[in-house]
This record gives sequence, structure tokens and C-alpha cells, in this order.
Amino acid sequence: MKSSSLVFLAAFVALSASWAGFVLAPQLQLGRAVQTKTIPAGDTYPLARPGLAQQGAEVYRSLGCVYCHSQQVGQQGTRVDVVLLNAGTNADNTLSAIAKVRPDLGKPETFIGLPKTITTVENVTAASSLVKAINDNGGKVEVNIVATGPDIERGWGRRRTVAQDYVFDHVVQPGTRRAGPDLSNVGARFPEIQWQYEHLYAPQVKVTGSTMPPYRFLFEQRRIGKVPSPEALQLTGELAPPPGYEIVPTDKARALVAYLLSLRADAPLFEAPMTPPPSAAPAAPATNSVAAK
Amino acid sequence: MTATSPISPARIDASCRLPLFTLFGGAALWLVLSSVFGIAASLTFHKPTLFADCAIFTYGRAYPAWANLLIYGFAIPSGLGVGLWLLARLGRAEVAKPFLIALGAKFWHIGVLVGVIGILSGDTSGYEWFELPRYAAVILFLSFLLMAIWIFVTYSRRSVTELYPSQWFALAALFWLPWILSTAILLLQVYPVRGVAQVAIAWWFAGNLLNVWLTLAGLAVTLYLLPKLTERPLQSYYLALFVFWTLLVFGAWTGIPFSSPLPAWMSMLSSVATGLVIVPVLALISIVQATTRGARVACGGGPLCYTKFGAWMLLVVTILAALAVCPKVARVTDFTWFAQGQNALRIYGFFAMTMFGAIYHILPRVSGVTLSPSRVKLHFWLAMPGALLLALPLLGGGILQGLKLANADVTFLETVKAAMMPFRLSTLGETLIALGALVFLLNILGTIVSYYRAIAKTAYAEATALQPAEVKS
Ligand code: HEC
Repeated sequence: MKSSSLVFLAAFVALSASWAGFVLAPQLQLGRAVQTKTIPAGDTYPLARPGLAQQGAEVYRSLGCVYCHSQQVGQQGTRVDVVLLNAGTNADNTLSAIAKVRPDLGKPETFIGLPKTITTVENVTAASSLVKAINDNGGKVEVNIVATGPDIERGWGRRRTVAQDYVFDHVVQPGTRRAGPDLSNVGARFPEIQWQYEHLYAPQVKVTGSTMPPYRFLFEQRRIGKVPSPEALQLTGELAPPPGYEIVPTDKARALVAYLLSLRADAPLFEAPMTPPPSAAPAAPATNSVAAK
Repeated sequence: MTATSPISPARIDASCRLPLFTLFGGAALWLVLSSVFGIAASLTFHKPTLFADCAIFTYGRAYPAWANLLIYGFAIPSGLGVGLWLLARLGRAEVAKPFLIALGAKFWHIGVLVGVIGILSGDTSGYEWFELPRYAAVILFLSFLLMAIWIFVTYSRRSVTELYPSQWFALAALFWLPWILSTAILLLQVYPVRGVAQVAIAWWFAGNLLNVWLTLAGLAVTLYLLPKLTERPLQSYYLALFVFWTLLVFGAWTGIPFSSPLPAWMSMLSSVATGLVIVPVLALISIVQATTRGARVACGGGPLCYTKFGAWMLLVVTILAALAVCPKVARVTDFTWFAQGQNALRIYGFFAMTMFGAIYHILPRVSGVTLSPSRVKLHFWLAMPGALLLALPLLGGGILQGLKLANADVTFLETVKAAMMPFRLSTLGETLIALGALVFLLNILGTIVSYYRAIAKTAYAEATALQPAEVKS
């Protein structure tokens, strides 16, 4: 190349193409994402975090928790569990109907110890004829969509994380390293405030062998007032404060823990279907099945 | 001086002196400081409670301080300085406004200082490889413009019109950085986009910075120094053109990891691009081989050693990166230390080594001070094993960790433990790098001090020689 304009042209073409692809396109596809509805409950999702949790997100960022903790659950696929709740009034009819579509299940053992998962298939369609056979005979059946993959099995989430989960986050921190567990749903896993404080203060006390650094600078030692603070950490041994003193969280620690408790990305969405956890779902179906027993 | 009578290399070198002293001196200082934070960060995994009461050195701050000092403190200034010298030398033009470039470099270093203080005090922007707070990023951007404008003016005053491949790489690097930096500042910090679009931009930026910018700046050196030091012609010009084009076209799309909450097409596209970057790098290696084959120049721990080692490390890291985006491998290596091993190999193994080689080639020329070869060699024998000892354990540990992470029956802390011994070994690598950086700093400061001492001596000699004349008059 003799002329520098060719060099710049090459650089311009290459960089502007990738700019359009990775800067502009996601902005058009995702940048305007708004709230959506969960499926099937139809609740608005996600909700903005409360103010204190919002501040906690800043603390989380400023302390660089992201270099050890990811906030994105992966998923390898889904499976469908067919849970038989009851066999209907005439169990024999149901059984022969089941035997027609699934000979392997057409045995009396299928009905022992209900409710239970009688089979696992790849998708909802694959279960439809079986479900129909049971329903037609007055039996009750639940079809549960379950996400699969090591992250899910570790209990890090009930489904993969999707773009929708981050709509309200500013400075989205999905993380790229797992020197610590994924925190997408840590609010559901460890909902206890006091546990979180004590874990931040001394992870090694709460979890034997933990390699997480303690964040003692987020707490302060102070003289016990007329009544001890309800937030005071219960510490023993070396870590215990001198008599007459207590260790309490600072505002930063309070905000951080509020943020941790708000971390919960497990609503069933169109792009990440799963059967909602029993607590989140309206109570109706569950009580129905109990009544039918 | 007219264009017809070529300017002597010595004059060009002299015109580079001030900006290069500023750029290289600062870069070496930041490199030392960066490795101190690197060691501090890595000590967390030896003794997690070490910095329990010390917010500044807590892992989540020491680590980004390491990364940002390394990239913005060391890598970019050294790349710019080397690029300036190459453009001036190859174009046979004296540097335009060396004073302004040096001033830009000073502002740049101030920006880095402000940025790292921001990170340590908790003002991080939160984007990996771009943790600088907004105020620091803006200082960096403006000082870059100041330098880039005069570097470009220097280039356009060239008296040799035919372009040598190194010039393409240096120019493209000069063009690339302000674009990606301004995008990151505007769309992440000034008018931040919403939701995961942030993540897409941050990864695009980091990919272009680490995979494209560092490579462009590094290869400008490789393609210049190899033929120069082996005294053989570049083999070949057209292959270099091929490397240039394919690197730009494929490299620009790298950076989005396999596992991400972004739409699947983005990860897929980026994975393919990451794989294809092997093409330019293989072409580069064939240039290296064809150019140096049969050369009778011993490398002896000097610039040639550094440059060759750098080029080979680029090949290794490119292959590793391509492997790590294959879905089967990615399921194991994602979220582990493996990526960090790649970064170490790319930044320390390829880029820094190449820059050291270039700086050791350039410094004696611009200062007229000869460097002791044994100290250059000492640095080589600290930096080279350091880079390997840092990268290899992280790569291996990452695989061990990933295999356990992929198996949900293994408890989480077991996955952490799997990588612990290798990780601790890597601290040793970082320590060697730190020692090497110290030697590097001393080498550069030694040169600068000797230069000014020589000047002072001549000035003193002249002044004393003048006195009798003054008495007479
Ligand atoms: C050096 C890496 C590291 C850093 C930095 C780090 N953590 Fe951890 N974290 C861990 C490890 C390892 C565990 C698992 C052992 C444990 O529970 O202590 C963990 C566990 C946790 C848990 C319990 C989650 C679970 O499923 O067991 C929470 C909550 C947590 N960390 C929050 C934080 C917060 C908040 C920060 C930032 C202030 C942070 N961590 C910084 C390594 C780290």
C-alpha cells in the first residue's frame, strides 16, 4: 500500500462493521428492553430494586465482587417432568389408557407413592399424548419444565439468566470468573440478613475453608449503648469485640446486604421457560390437587 | 532542510528524545506499580484474610488496579512511543512538536494516576479492562488526541512516500484507539446505554483493545525489528498485507465470551472471529520464519530474543483463544482462570516482550547512551520465565477448576481448591515479572540520567572553557 488513505479505509471499514454489529445492533435489539410479563402468571418482571438495594449495587461494584462472582446462570437445556398427582376415579381405565401411549408405564407400579414424577421427556409435545390419556380418565397430572445443566444442579438458579433480568441494572456485572459461586439468585439462597453480615465480616467462620476475603472495613466497632444493637454481629473467639463493645454494620454494609438479598432472577419468562416454583405460583392449583386426594 | 536532502537518522532520533523519555519512563514506572498490585491481588489466594481491614488492597480493587495500570499505564504509552519512533524513522521526518507530544504524555500519565486512585478509592466504573472512572478516562482521551495529532503530523511530513508495513500497523493503531475509547466513554460512562447492551459494548471494547490494538502496536515492531536485526529483507511484503487485513477484519469482532447473557448470535459470531484470527497469526509466523531463517545473528538476550519470543507467544495465545471458544472446551474453561492465563500470555508474553525489545533497540539511539547488554539480558531472563510461570499455571489451573465446575456433584469449594496450587505458583511468575519490571525501570532511568548528566557535563565544560574568553573581553 502506497497511500495512507488505504490504510485508514481498511481500518475504518473493519472497525465500523464491528461497531455496527456489537455496539449498535445490541442497542437496537436490547437497549430499549422494558418490563415484561412472567409466564404463565402474568406478573410484571423485573421490578426495580428498592432504593437501599440500588445503593448496595454501587457498593458491590466499588468493592469489585465481580472479579470473583458471576451473575449469570447458564443452562444446557430443559427437560419435562410429568408428575402424576392422582390416577382418577377408575385407576384401571387410566392405566390401560396410559399403556396404549406408553407401554413402559402401563404397570400398576406407576401409581404407587403418588404424587410422583412418572416420566421425564424432552419437551412438552412429547408428553402431550400421555397427559391426554390421563386427563381423559379423570386423572390429574402436572407437566413441569425444568432447566438443566451444572449451574442449575448446583442450585445457582432455576433457569438461565437472560437479558431481561438486567433491565434495571446500571453497570450490569455479569462477571467472567467464578472464584466464588454465582450470585444471580443469592437472595433466594441466603435470605437471612444476619447471615449475610456475618459472612461478609468473616466468611471463614460461616463457611469452613472459604477463600473469600473478609470485608471487616464495612463494619464498625462501637461501645454498646443502653441496649445492644439488634444488628450486632454474634462473634466468638478471636473475632469477638472487647467487653462492652459491639460490631455493627455500616451504611455501606447495610446497602450491600440489601442488594444481595434483592438478587433473585428466577421468574419464568417466555425466553426462559420453566415451571414456576410453588411459592411464586398462585396457590390455586396446589390446593386443588390436595382437595382432590 | 528540503525534502531532497534526506534528514539524518540521528536528527530524527534526537527529535524523538523528549516524548520517548516521557512515554517510556512513565510506562516503566507504571509497569512496576502494576505488578505490585498484581502480587497483592494474588496474595488474597494465599491468605484470604490478609487485607480484611484494608479497603485499598482488597482483591476487587487491587486486581483492576493491576489491569488498568498494565494497559493504560504501561501498554498504551509504550506502544505510542514506539509507534512514534517508527513513523518518524520510516517516513524520514523529524517529530513535529516533540514538546507537545511530551506534554500529552505527561497529561496521560496524570490521567492514569487519577484513574488508579479512583479505582482504589472505590470509584471504579465496573467494566472489566475499563475500570477507570469517567474523569480519568476523559483526561486520557484528550491527552491521547494531543499526542495522536502530532504523531500524525509527524507521519504526514514524511520524505519517503513508500509505506513500509510497520507504518500501516502503527497508523491503524493510532486510528483504532480513539474510536473504541470514545465509544466506551460515551456509551458506558457519559450517556450509558441500558441493560445488557452495556455488557456488549464493554466486551467489544475489551476485545478490540486486547486483541486488536495490542496486536497492531506489537506487530508494527515485529515487522520492523526482525528484518532489521537479522539484516535480511522482510519475507514478504504481501504476506504482511494479508496479516494486516485479516487481523483487522477478524480481530474487530472478538471479545464476546462464549457464555454470556447476550443473544446467542453475538457469542457465536465472536467465537468464529476468534477462531479466524489464527489465519493472520499463522501468516505472521511464516513471515517470522522466512525472514529469520539462516540469519547469522545470535539473539543473546537482546532485542531479537524479545521480539521472537513475543511473536511465538502471540501464536500460542491465539491458538488457545481459538480452542477456548469451541463449545465443548468453553463449557469447561469459561468462568475459570483459563482466560486470565490467556491475558497474561498476551499482555506479558507477547506485547510487553515485544515492546521491551523495541525500547531496548530505540533508547540507545535516541539518547546516545549505550545500555549494558547484561542488564538487558537479565531483564529478559526475568520477564520471559515470569510470563510463562504466570500464564501456564493459570491455564492449567483453569482447566482443573473448569472440569470440576462442570460436574455439579463436586462442591463449590472443591472447584476453588482444584486451582489453588497452580494459582499460588503463578504468584511466583508475577514476582519474576515485578523484578523484571524493576530492572526495566532502572535501565530506562539509567539511560535518562546518563543522558542528562552528559549534557550537564558538556554544558559545564563549555561554560568553564568560555570563562577565560570572557575575562579577556
Ligand atoms: C477472592 C474472591 C472473592 C471475592 C473478591 C468475593 N467473594 Fe464472595 N465468595 C467467594 C467464595 C470462594 C465463596 C464460597 C465460600 C463462602 O461462601 O464463603 C463466596 C461466597 C459468597 C456468598 C455466599 C454465596 C453462596 O452461594 O455460598 C456471598 C453472598 C458472597 N460471596 C458475597 C460477596 C460479596 C458481596 C463480595 C464483594 C464485597 C464478595 N463476595 C467478594 C469468593 C469471593
